[in-house]
Amino acid sequence: MNFEAVADVMLKPGIADPQGQTIERALVALGYSGVGEVRVGKHIELSVDAPSRADAHATVTRMCEQLLANTVIESYEVGVLEPSGDGDHGHDSPRRERVLEA
Amino acid sequence: MTARAAIVVFPGSNCEGDCARALGALGVATELVWHTDEGLPDCDLVVVPGGFAHGDYLRTGAIARFSPVMGAVRAHAAAGKLVIGICNGWQILCEAGLLPGALRRNSGLKFVCKWTDIRVANAATPFSTRAEEGQVLRVPVNHFEGNWYCDRDVLSRVHANRQIVFRYADNPNGALDDVAGLTNEAGNVLGMMPHPERASEALLGSEDGRLILGSMLDHVSALAPA
Repeated sequence: MNFEAVADVMLKPGIADPQGQTIERALVALGYSGVGEVRVGKHIELSVDAPSRADAHATVTRMCEQLLANTVIESYEVGVLEPSGDGDHGHDSPRRERVLEA
Repeated sequence: MTARAAIVVFPGSNCEGDCARALGALGVATELVWHTDEGLPDCDLVVVPGGFAHGDYLRTGAIARFSPVMGAVRAHAAAGKLVIGICNGWQILCEAGLLPGALRRNSGLKFVCKWTDIRVANAATPFSTRAEEGQVLRVPVNHFEGNWYCDRDVLSRVHANRQIVFRYADNPNGALDDVAGLTNEAGNVLGMMPHPERASEALLGSEDGRLILGSMLDHVSALAPA
């Protein structure tokens, strides 16, 4: 089966995010008051062939450990959608509507 | 005996010529090795030069670490032979797990391209014996991701093993503990952000980089059979 998956890669809490800080300052300068905690990460979408959703999840997790994230400074979260046409999520479940594997 | 250096070249590397020239001026025979080669030529030291390997896509060094040649670089390092990663080369060696920690985006969010003063923190490494401890070397940096980081446990091991070889006198990128260059635990692999090859002739503004490259040469020569 072919699964749509996402990996969200973020700098770990406590690791300074100068990009996020700069964006935060820009938002404040634009007049958005009360803005804080801006963090910038990577959102990676991919499709993967796997016998089950759990296998797809395990595969993308391995990808994160090996390549997609640098676990010295980054954490990641993997999400896998049910295969399209499977019925559970309808025919047009939006890719960005993440279904997190339990 | 002529020392031999292999300089690994990835798509996007751009300092291999400078490294070859600087080492050549010290009498080292150099050979460029394309990243798809599975092996290295018979050599005493490996240079992973600066640049933007594989376009720095995903993260600096993240793709390069999987290039076929990296297996041979790993084996070279495991055999106790010298490896130096300069700038992007350090980023690659970090991603490859040959050096501790990671290199983050500069804290000031600026690409820094300037001369830096780096202080020799440990003159007893194969990369620094021609310098004195505390000596200040003038070597230029040119990077966006030079902000070295590691967690507290790793840092205490780095200190205990005296792995920090160079510290910035005036930290340009936010690197933890002002680290400009450090070795692996065994001491035979060095990563540094400043470019010694760009400080290898008086005409360039400094010859201090020769102390670093020359130290490696001394180390290799001392190992050679008489």
